Amino acid sequence: MAEAPTMTEDAGTITRERIPTVIVDGLHIVYRVHGAGSGKGSATSALSRIVSKRRSPSVREVHAVRGVTFTAYKGEAIGLIGSNGSGKSTLLRAIAGLLPAERGAVYTDGQPSLLGVNAALMNDLTGERNVILGGLAMGMSQDEIKSRYEEIVDFSGINEKGDFISLPMRTYSSGMAARLRFSIAAAKSHDVLMIDEALATGDAKFQRRSEERIRELRKEAGTVFLVSHNNKSIRDTCDRVIWLEKGELLMDGPTDEVIKAYEKENKR
Amino acid sequence: MSTVSEHIRPVAVAGGPDQGLSPAQLAAKYGLSVSGARPSLPAYIRQLWSRRHFIVAYSTARLTAMYTKAKLGQLWQVMTPLLNCAVYFLIFGLLLKTGRGTPHFIQFLCIGVFIFTFTQNAVMAGTRSIADNLGLVRALHFPRACLPISFTIIQLQQLLFSMIVLLGIVLFANPPLMAWVLVLPALGLQFVFNTGLAMILARVGAKVTDTAQLMPFILRTWMYASGVMFNIQNIDVPSWARTLLDVNPIAVYIDLMRYSLLRSVHSDILPAHVWGWAIGWAVVVGLGGFVYFWKAEEEYGRG
Repeated sequence: MAEAPTMTEDAGTITRERIPTVIVDGLHIVYRVHGAGSGKGSATSALSRIVSKRRSPSVREVHAVRGVTFTAYKGEAIGLIGSNGSGKSTLLRAIAGLLPAERGAVYTDGQPSLLGVNAALMNDLTGERNVILGGLAMGMSQDEIKSRYEEIVDFSGINEKGDFISLPMRTYSSGMAARLRFSIAAAKSHDVLMIDEALATGDAKFQRRSEERIRELRKEAGTVFLVSHNNKSIRDTCDRVIWLEKGELLMDGPTDEVIKAYEKENKR
Repeated sequence: MSTVSEHIRPVAVAGGPDQGLSPAQLAAKYGLSVSGARPSLPAYIRQLWSRRHFIVAYSTARLTAMYTKAKLGQLWQVMTPLLNCAVYFLIFGLLLKTGRGTPHFIQFLCIGVFIFTFTQNAVMAGTRSIADNLGLVRALHFPRACLPISFTIIQLQQLLFSMIVLLGIVLFANPPLMAWVLVLPALGLQFVFNTGLAMILARVGAKVTDTAQLMPFILRTWMYASGVMFNIQNIDVPSWARTLLDVNPIAVYIDLMRYSLLRSVHSDILPAHVWGWAIGWAVVVGLGGFVYFWKAEEEYGRG
């Protein structure tokens, strides 16, 4: 339960005001997917559709988030759980302002960011250029990137086995590429940070290092959202958990309570 | 599932002074803003300016990545226009002998083709710039106008390689003229025009995905109306059509380039007010395209 500290409770301490950082108000997200659907894909059927002004059956609407409402406060670490396709990642992207809302609204303090730069990187370029490109894509300045460049490369450990950073990323093993991507993404600190599952990649040593880095980022950030299927990592990092199912908010509360209910549900 | 749904949102209801406030009121009280809302035009321009290094880095990266798998690598930047010129020389110069009425026909033709290709490719790349980069749009935050601008810069960089080749051919064929410095303002104006057009089509292409299929036909029609392959002054049309052909932006930019580089094209055979039109098109389409693109800023990324 949300116990707002009252003045009378403890005369010695100043009341800690709960400052909201993210407010999600009756949010609906709808994707429109073209060329899916079971409709006949023939040219004549498309033509008759245009003539009769019917909507293409191949445009399908996916209602990914249905009326979610919650408020996140400063200093909270919130876990998002739910089965595959329950709308967790979509919700994160909507909070980041990357997906437009169909109905409802998301209010945020500053610009929330998703941890990840994969989409901006290019496999045909060297690791070196990808570090710079990724940093710029995340909105870092050139000086900032220059000053953190060594740090990023060292953290990734790409150069531990020779000068790999000057080779195109397509020549990297999948583990090496994942390590570099994480290192670039984790180089910037954010006010509201959102982390999508399967972050800690690579070997055991790198996993430990990246978990450590996430803890650091958490300290720097005001509010953290974590999407994960690993209940242990949610228990370790989050003090509040939101359970989504089929795009609806099923439960929102303290970690132990929600995870217990979630595990009970999944055992059935 | 019905057993747990009774527990819904025990934390979400804030107690204390904020009790009873609607989410919108709460947001207003703490100065939270709508996530992903469209910034004002001045703010948008500021954001775009702060991302200028990203725009340049992104276009250079795309351009570099284009030829990394070819053995000759970046040499193709120059080889492609050179081979294009060779093909035109072979077909139009040696086989068909078309340009008898036009002096320096091969140079005349190459200028037309390169200038038209610049607009054509910028339009095509612009149309796909949002639709093909949904991954990027959905993962990271940046002013979306970065994409159509980047893709136009890529085309400009490719055109610059073509122009170097062309300048070489022109200088080889006939001695240099002072007018060739006019190449720079002409290219600058065409770049602004193309960027505006790319932004208009980026917005259209993001909403109506069929645009990319339709554009080649529109562009081909436009090509024949722009005098790329023949001298547009030589065809016989009614005066209203003549005016239309003369103010056609691509024809204007091609005229300027031919005037700058070819001795045989004198200022007296250029249509009236050609620089005025070149500037006018750049300002109207450049600014208009930017504002039109910005108007839908918050909508890009929906599939």
